[in-house]
Amino acid sequence: MIEGALWRRWVFYNIPLILFVFVLLFPFYWMIVTSFRPDGELYRPWNAMNYMPFWTNKPTLEHFRYLFEETDFGRWMVNTMFIAVVSTLISLFCGVLAGYALARLNFPFAGSLGTVIFVTYLVPQTLLFIPLAEIIRDFHLGDTPWSLILTYPTFLIPFCTWLMMGYFKAIPKELEECARIDGASRWKAMLYIIIPIAVPGILSSGIIAFTLSWNEFIYALVFLSSPEQKTVAVGVTSELIRGDVFFWGSLMAGALLGSVPVAIVYSFFVEHYVSGLTGSVKG
Amino acid sequence: MAEVSLHKLNKRFEAFHAVKDVDLQIRDKEFVVLVGPSGCGKTTTLRMIAGLEAVSDGEIRIDNTVVNEVPPMDRDIAMVFQNYALYPHMSVASNMAFGLKMRKFQKAEIEERIKRAATILGIESLLGRKPRQLSGGQRQRVALGRAIVRDPKVFLFDEPLSNLDAKLRVQMRVELKKLHERLGTTAIYVTHDQVEAMTLGDRVVVMKDGVVQQVGEPLELYNTPANRFVAGFIGSPAMNFAEVTLAESGGRLVAEAPGLKISLPPELAKHGRTNLGRGATLGIRPEDIHIAGPEDDAGHCFDASVEVVEQLGSEILLDTRVGSALFMASIDPTIRVRPHEKLRLALKPDRLHLFDAESEKAL
Amino acid sequence: MTVTAVPDVAGRRPAVRLRKLEDERWLAFALLSPTAVLLGLFIAYPFVEGVLLALSDAKVGDPGHFVGFANFAKLWDDNIFWTSVWNTFWYTGVTTVFKLGLGLWLAMLLNRHFRGKALVRAFILLPFIIPTVLSTFAWKWMFDPTFSVINWTLFHLGFISQRINWLGDPGLAMSSIIVVNIWRGVPFFAISLLAGLQTISPELNEAAAIDGARPWARFWLITWPLLLPVTLVVMLFSVIQTFADFQLVYVMTGGGPANATHLFATYAYQIGIGTGLLSQGAAVSLAMFPFLFAIVVIQLLYIRRVEVR
Repeated sequence: MIEGALWRRWVFYNIPLILFVFVLLFPFYWMIVTSFRPDGELYRPWNAMNYMPFWTNKPTLEHFRYLFEETDFGRWMVNTMFIAVVSTLISLFCGVLAGYALARLNFPFAGSLGTVIFVTYLVPQTLLFIPLAEIIRDFHLGDTPWSLILTYPTFLIPFCTWLMMGYFKAIPKELEECARIDGASRWKAMLYIIIPIAVPGILSSGIIAFTLSWNEFIYALVFLSSPEQKTVAVGVTSELIRGDVFFWGSLMAGALLGSVPVAIVYSFFVEHYVSGLTGSVKG
Repeated sequence: MAEVSLHKLNKRFEAFHAVKDVDLQIRDKEFVVLVGPSGCGKTTTLRMIAGLEAVSDGEIRIDNTVVNEVPPMDRDIAMVFQNYALYPHMSVASNMAFGLKMRKFQKAEIEERIKRAATILGIESLLGRKPRQLSGGQRQRVALGRAIVRDPKVFLFDEPLSNLDAKLRVQMRVELKKLHERLGTTAIYVTHDQVEAMTLGDRVVVMKDGVVQQVGEPLELYNTPANRFVAGFIGSPAMNFAEVTLAESGGRLVAEAPGLKISLPPELAKHGRTNLGRGATLGIRPEDIHIAGPEDDAGHCFDASVEVVEQLGSEILLDTRVGSALFMASIDPTIRVRPHEKLRLALKPDRLHLFDAESEKAL
Repeated sequence: MTVTAVPDVAGRRPAVRLRKLEDERWLAFALLSPTAVLLGLFIAYPFVEGVLLALSDAKVGDPGHFVGFANFAKLWDDNIFWTSVWNTFWYTGVTTVFKLGLGLWLAMLLNRHFRGKALVRAFILLPFIIPTVLSTFAWKWMFDPTFSVINWTLFHLGFISQRINWLGDPGLAMSSIIVVNIWRGVPFFAISLLAGLQTISPELNEAAAIDGARPWARFWLITWPLLLPVTLVVMLFSVIQTFADFQLVYVMTGGGPANATHLFATYAYQIGIGTGLLSQGAAVSLAMFPFLFAIVVIQLLYIRRVEVR
């Protein structure tokens, strides 16, 4: 990289970067501070003299207590986790197999099927949520976790398939051929040779699928109705706002805790997440 | 151990006819090399024997059983790939065990076989390593070991040495040869390198454009090539060719080209007379040309001007111009020759080759 | 050679079922069927159902009858619908331009060696991975008319003397939503473009520098053309996601004030689920389809042209 003097480096690189990081992370800081501030401090008008927004001297766990004692927040976390894990596993299973078939097998219409997968990858959830709600009702799945576990794969499978195709294509064909000559059937060659080699890709797909299903909102909002069935995002939205009244402290506490599982998974697998993300746009 | 026979074997990839009517009988314990330029169909033929490509037409038999429809896993063959195809997520030992596990061998038997193969190849100390921790030569040995433990009916080799550096390649070539002598398993070996073909093969199959040009022992191909292609492909540096016209001159058959007038020996002349008055191609290997001396018949000498002198130490290669043709000569390293020098060269008449200009077949 | 009993290959053939999987076509069929079932059941079928629904007068609890294009005719005369259409395009266009510009800038800032680079990269992606609804609530709180920290800061820096009602004013509300969308989208652009930048050999830039190209020229003549394929794909994904966005607007304004900030999706939700006019709601979200389709086709064609070149 061609760089100039020290001051230039600060003006052109370091300061802008610091600003970026500040703006990108500030809302999270705000979330954290708010969730620990007592109500008395929170609801002080912005132009009041004693308003000190960025810090609190009297941190409180009151908002967290409210969350767990007055709402079903614990249930929502469990629900969200269950739905995210199961739908991710289903999607990985389907996506790995389909990705393998599309990337490594010769069969009629392989190309057009790949295109179909890519197109469904681009279908947004908001296009189909109303008819899907009807179908969910017809299947008697409404207000159950299964309404989401079965529908989330519609956007997770195309993603996993697409990503896995990229990983599978990068594995030399000879490995499989060698396994088949060594006495493995196509099925076993896939199971014992190709899939183990693609484990990094499977991890990437799985982590991104997990964060995507944790992030999903509109299906959960439409398909679930009773408070104890809700996911975190929907529960927080519907149960911590009463008419015009926002329980900001608890809202932020809920948002904070609701982000934690995703953040933990992400922090353990940053590299896999990033490689999956960049792999998915390589096409 | 097994015989392999190919009968009227054909492979078409849509419009492209990659392998055309290949007939080949490979005897038990034989080491057969398929050689030819890239795209000649040699690898496709090998892959059909392996079962990796479907046969478009014809028949493949292993031990007299037609295997056209038998999947690779049931053919009882082993193959060494150009890029070795070592399973990257398995240790060397697991790589070697894989084929045996798939065939449900006893654990003790598997260990015993791995140990034996590792000893033969000198890779005992590598058994616990992963492929990425190995050098190119070591990978090569592991790939060989993986084939050996299987004790298959047939070994298939797909350019196994081409990823090694020149020195290692020569060394592995020798080892492969020893290995085959020791194990005696039927082997089919594909390469584009004619030196490998000549040194390794009990018999060599030269292919071009999907067609077998000649099958024979290495020296047979060298001494009596069936056509101009084989003559040019086998031997290094390659054979010199000159387009000549044949004419009778004083009871001898003479091949003439600008700057060149060679009288043919009686044996060759007998065949050459069939082409009298028509075009022919004269061929002579560089090693059969020397600097003319008093003992050389004038009918076997010609004038050449030296363009480039390549000193190889063990010999000197001269790139010379003879009339309009370019001739390469391999001469005694003790002789001093300079570029642009005019020389009188002589050739060994009994080493001359003559090909029909049109069919390119040997006369 | 003594003739020994060679085990016959035909003697140990596995079951017919497994044998079929040796045929690539059967194996592909088997591997693709779970995916085909799920996608058929929950994408293809709802799509057909959605079209039928949009052509009926179904309400919650009433299957309704076929009414042809009546729902679409009604939308044609619906001012709020046209506002949503305009909003959606404006929202998509503005955010995409900013996300691309800022994302590229951030990617270039990150495409160097400095201490803590991995950590910075990991933190920068947080807005993208934290569930949108949850982080949007933090923004909504920051934009709160009475307790806004943004107002506090601007006031104390002396830029304003009056409070700004960020989400209460129609124009400001849309801008606020746009800011949040950009905030969430920049990391995705930055990380994807950074990956693209890293595939460009530094030697190209160095060669151009030796050839006398100034930094600006190097960017336009070397970096940008090589980065274009990745950029286009990233934009394709972003544009579709933004065009069909729901969560952000739903949380920030719910489409208000006075229906001024609706997008296709939020308006479809308000009509279809909020007021129970399923057929109308389905018509609104289906109206998104031709636009999306056109966007995807144009972008894909352009991507193909760039990649061929």
